[in-house]
Amino acid sequence: MEKFTVHTGTAVPLRRSNVDTDQIIPAVYLKRVTRTGFEDGLFSAWREDPSFVLNNPVYDGASVLLAGPEFGTGSSREHAVWALNDYGFRVVISPRYGDIFRGNSLKQGLLTVELPQAAVETLWDLVEADPATAIEVDLVAREVRAGGQSWAFDLDDFLRWRLMEGLDDIGLTLRHEEAITAFEGHRPAFGVLVG
Amino acid sequence: MSRTLAQKVWDAHVVRRADGEPDLLYIDLHLLHEVTSPQAFDGLRLAGRKVRRTDLTIATEDHNTPTDNLLTIADPVSRTQIETLRGNCAEFGVKLHPLGDPQQGVVHVMGPQQGLTQPGMTIVCGDSHTSTHGAFGALAFGIGTSEVEHVLATQTLPQALPKQMAVTVTGELPPGVSAKDLILALITQEGTGGGRGYVVEYRGPAIEKLSMEGRMTVSNMSIEWGAKAGLIAPDETTFAWLKGRNFAPKGSDWDDAVAYWRTLPTDADAVFDKEVFLDASALTPFVTWGTNPGQGASLDAVIPDPESFASESERAAARRAVEYMDLTPGTPLRDLAVDVVFVGSCTNGRLEDLRTAADVLRGRKVADGVRMLVVPGSAAVRAQAEEEGLHEVFTEAGAEWRFAGCSMCLGMNPDTLKPGQRSASTSNRNFEGRQGKGGRTHLVSPAVAAATAVTGHLSAPADLYAVGAR
Ligand code: SF4
Repeated sequence: MEKFTVHTGTAVPLRRSNVDTDQIIPAVYLKRVTRTGFEDGLFSAWREDPSFVLNNPVYDGASVLLAGPEFGTGSSREHAVWALNDYGFRVVISPRYGDIFRGNSLKQGLLTVELPQAAVETLWDLVEADPATAIEVDLVAREVRAGGQSWAFDLDDFLRWRLMEGLDDIGLTLRHEEAITAFEGHRPAFGVLVG
Repeated sequence: MSRTLAQKVWDAHVVRRADGEPDLLYIDLHLLHEVTSPQAFDGLRLAGRKVRRTDLTIATEDHNTPTDNLLTIADPVSRTQIETLRGNCAEFGVKLHPLGDPQQGVVHVMGPQQGLTQPGMTIVCGDSHTSTHGAFGALAFGIGTSEVEHVLATQTLPQALPKQMAVTVTGELPPGVSAKDLILALITQEGTGGGRGYVVEYRGPAIEKLSMEGRMTVSNMSIEWGAKAGLIAPDETTFAWLKGRNFAPKGSDWDDAVAYWRTLPTDADAVFDKEVFLDASALTPFVTWGTNPGQGASLDAVIPDPESFASESERAAARRAVEYMDLTPGTPLRDLAVDVVFVGSCTNGRLEDLRTAADVLRGRKVADGVRMLVVPGSAAVRAQAEEEGLHEVFTEAGAEWRFAGCSMCLGMNPDTLKPGQRSASTSNRNFEGRQGKGGRTHLVSPAVAAATAVTGHLSAPADLYAVGAR
């Protein structure tokens, strides 16, 4: 997992609420055997509509998704986070998230920032007026900055530390690799070896 | 301090313990199959990690494989999953038993038969029936795909110690009543959520008398009443079963191992968080009538009236089940005619199960209009059964003798029920559509399965002798 401190990028305004994980990625994409390449599944039903915001070339290359409230509700599929990551998003900003989705996202390095509805509305307006608007997401200071304004956000200390260190669960465990190696030195001789 | 079997195994595997954090547990054996491993391997690849202990990791192909041949996987999605596993195992250096290999088979049959499963071990697999391995006094439980990746990379898992429950089975199983009847009766008694949050230990005289196969059947279904794991203390039966198997310790290692294994059983004064009792001598052949493994009854009973249940949620579940299963309350279970009989799965696909079924079928015929599939749990079980001539008993009776795999336990391979078909199945889940869309499953023991195949309706072997006498 990449370390996350400060991210600056352009944003896509997704003016919709209650975007559940079935919309983020439909079930047909779950039959796959890979963990990457889910970008084509991201919002795939909506992307068939040429007027859908992600199809607007002015937002090409955006890495921040500005979403309405209740983003990521519904099914627990980890694929929803994989799809957003694979598409190139590093941050989602929304007033409220589905719990499981938020948990999954923070475990996998996708920063889901919670800002009040009014802040999201301001950001939508800024980005729609000028798609090149840079959004600065500062995890160290727990602050979002854009267009000369700034908004503070909350994030649990432990989760913040983990994201800043770029540690997934495996990364966290590997910090104790010495202990694992020491334990392996004491396993009984009759412990199985598949060989 | 006095400890339970599960606590002893747990304590022996703690790599790191810190306040406010789950313990980091070392994993002795990691079993893999094609369905839950692809994204885990992909995760490793993405992060540039390798498999930490390929010598403690082993894979097999089971869920998607056909059982009518060893060469062609017709469904492209199934084939891709299998080919992905083969590619991943080759790339990461993991040993694999592919279709056609003499040790290939259902993951929970493959491990024990090679002696890979041993007392006191921690064993995980991306599969809920990993509880099977608890029969050897191992702490064995199912994990999700992210955890599979975690174990591949670190050979450990962060885990919090669950609560402990003892299930004491007193008395002696009557003749013709098996481990499957015992566990089905227990699940009906305790409900499908009765074990949630617990590691369970099965003990008492009726458990001690069970063969290893019978113990595996009991531990296997721990997950069906919600338990995280289901252990049985290792004893002489365990040691005798293990001795001489491929991966069992040899020479002085064997003696050291047995000496250690003898220290594992629960201390006499250890305290469990919960205790449950069951009287084996009161049990009869037991089957399920509904759509979860807790909706079961003695074969002597009738389809219950959904309104007879105590709580509204049970009544609602029973109403739905009776409708899905197309049943009329008050009908004797013995009157239910079946279309298909399935003997197999990680619950009842071992040699002893096939022997039991063959004993009932010997010299008899599968009833007209009934299809019977006999699917060994592994290629090795199949070979042993053929050495004993069991396959001839099955084919002469008119049953299909198949290659090893999960087969009709779940609708992921070509062996499925057609909509509306009713089966008597030795597997572990009677969920709606589990054996194929619209299929209706009655869980039974191998003996009941075989007797049912002969009469065409749910029956116990004793019913056949009654028929013969007429
Ligand atoms: S036999 Fe059935 S329960 Fe066992 S591993 Fe296969 S699908 Fe799962």
